[in-house]
Amino acid sequence: MASEAAAVATSNERKLTIARAMAEATAQEMRTDPTVFVMGEDIAKLGGVFGNTRGLLEEFGKQRVRDTPISETAFMGAAVGAASDGMRPIVELMFVDFFGVCFDAIYNSMAKNCYFSGGEVKVPVVLMTSTGGGYSDAGQHSQCLYGTFAHLPGMKVVCPSNAYDAKGLMTTAIRDDNPVIYMYHKGLQGMGWLGTEPLANVHTPEDTYEIPFGEAAIVRQGTDVTLVGCAMGVHNALKAADKLAEKGVSAEVVDLRTLVPLDRDTVFNSVAKTGKLIVVDEDYQSYGLTGEIIASIAERDVSVLKASPQRVAYPDVPIPFARVMEQHCLPNPDKIVAAYEKIA
Amino acid sequence: MLPTYEQKLWMYEHMLISRYFEEQIEQIYLEGKTPVFNMANGPIPGEMHLSNGQEPTAVGICAHLTPEDIVTATHRPHHQAIAKGVDLNKMTAEIFGKKTGLSGGRGGHMHIFDPAVNFACSGIIAQGLGPAVGAALSRKMQGKEGVAVAYMGEGAANQGAFHEALNLASVWKVPVIFVIEDNAWGISVAKAESTAVGDNSLRAVGYGMPGHMIPGNDPIAIFDVAGEAIARARRGEGPTLIEIETSRLAGHFMGDAEGYRPAGELDSLKAVDPIPTMRNRLATEHGLTTSEDEAIAGRARKKVDDAIKFARESADPAPEEAFEKVFA
Ligand SMILES: Cc1ncc(C[n+]2csc(CCOP(=O)(O)OP(=O)(O)O)c2C)c(N)n1
Repeated sequence: MASEAAAVATSNERKLTIARAMAEATAQEMRTDPTVFVMGEDIAKLGGVFGNTRGLLEEFGKQRVRDTPISETAFMGAAVGAASDGMRPIVELMFVDFFGVCFDAIYNSMAKNCYFSGGEVKVPVVLMTSTGGGYSDAGQHSQCLYGTFAHLPGMKVVCPSNAYDAKGLMTTAIRDDNPVIYMYHKGLQGMGWLGTEPLANVHTPEDTYEIPFGEAAIVRQGTDVTLVGCAMGVHNALKAADKLAEKGVSAEVVDLRTLVPLDRDTVFNSVAKTGKLIVVDEDYQSYGLTGEIIASIAERDVSVLKASPQRVAYPDVPIPFARVMEQHCLPNPDKIVAAYEKIA
Repeated sequence: MLPTYEQKLWMYEHMLISRYFEEQIEQIYLEGKTPVFNMANGPIPGEMHLSNGQEPTAVGICAHLTPEDIVTATHRPHHQAIAKGVDLNKMTAEIFGKKTGLSGGRGGHMHIFDPAVNFACSGIIAQGLGPAVGAALSRKMQGKEGVAVAYMGEGAANQGAFHEALNLASVWKVPVIFVIEDNAWGISVAKAESTAVGDNSLRAVGYGMPGHMIPGNDPIAIFDVAGEAIARARRGEGPTLIEIETSRLAGHFMGDAEGYRPAGELDSLKAVDPIPTMRNRLATEHGLTTSEDEAIAGRARKKVDDAIKFARESADPAPEEAFEKVFA
């Protein structure tokens, strides 16, 4: 079921960055639930390289806000152990690209212990991790890897596109009894030094609230084509929709908000209305989100498609450093418009 | 194994090249990034980890190496690369993301690969260690000369890969030297707050190899200890762990406000900057004259300036080149 995005409502009210929205949701849960604690590299004194734990050390102290050694295998495993023993750890993997040094704890334990214990052992971990490129950080610091995490069963996967959703999804993530991979895009984080998308900073209420998982948001209504994406993909799609509107084309934009669970119904209903589908993804193209979305439409009722579905994703190459090469590979609004023109 | 005067001069000159290089990179990195600092802008975008202050760890070790020896470097690789003899023009062009760069602009500053001098790099902490063990194993299996040196920061000694690689190197008795550059910080986290032992060289005991801790950021002391360790490896007697106390005179990366550094720390580190210290030693112990010093500095500066000029004048890669070289 789709819900209207409060995010797009223009408002004079308080705006936050995604970084601050994440920190605020975390602080609010820590105030009411003493089992919530945070650990990771540079998350305490520095407040997180990407700002999403700023202020937590000052309010909650070193016991509950823990800088770790550069020991992801150990602290990711520690999150699993603490979570199974009644705590609710929030753990940060600084860049998603670093999952390689600790993936066993994530996909073989965190994600499977519930199942292997017949549902007896709960593992309520929130794993926060940064994604995305566009600022020339090359192939070990720029990936999205949404599909890698979403592919493996047992983990929920969240990827907000704006601060309103970021706060509500974080609250839901912390209260969830399952592992939640919370993937925040560096280019939406509100950190000026990374260059940031201003439309990600939106009105965010001070009171605590949840956004249910598995509910996509229709962030722009349209009738001619459905553009689907998450995180930065949503902003690319919104900009493409503006460009298409100038050509008299009405694009509907669906913000998935969570990849697991995936709101296939909202995407299907939108495509059933528009007849055309373009999926936008900054993750590698093959074996990922774009293919999954298209398959889910095709297998439900291929006759809703009036044209071949298109994808605008990151090509299957490691992310290059040089600006000209990286920008050439990244999805952008013009590529989405060009994809539409193929099926117009 | 103390260095000759020639070796000391080689170390000094390479320290100067490295420092000038970082000073130039620092300035150029800021082009296009003021008044608003945005990493994506300017002729050198992306992250930038400078090695100012850590030159002794590079020259003290690499003074013993030939191009055939192997070095695996870190996310902070410029000083290591310069001391190992990586082609400075191509490396600089790589840092600028140019077509003439070592990888044609695909890797950038954290991914410096120069097979001509057996130099490789990873931006993932401690991930140079396994490859160093493997390269050393390969030399042993092929009956070829050469040792491998794996550089890492002190923060990397808390990675699983560190412990696994040391054990494996020892069990297989391969010619590898593990070099920890202890600059006291892993981004904002102090060594004392993240490491169970004050001195990482003690960890060598657990892996059945000699361990050395070298205080003072002193290239001559490093040369001395490294000489024995490398000779031992060349004799087939296996790996050594060396931890070197050094200093990070810049932020973790460019743009780091360093709010976590205690007041006064940077000033006291600058007061013992290894470059003037080395210069004074050469003057007092060997009578290096001002004009000799200026000649060395001039050579160093020219080498760097030439490399920067080469990089600036080189063309960008074609955008489509992104799709090439994924496979051999
Ligand atoms: C596996 C992994 N975890 C975290 C990081 C992020 N990171 C980059 S540099 C750094 C600190 C490294 O400290 P140290 O090893 O002491 O080297 P230094 O930066 O001080 O030279 C961290 C945590 C990384 N690159 N790889």
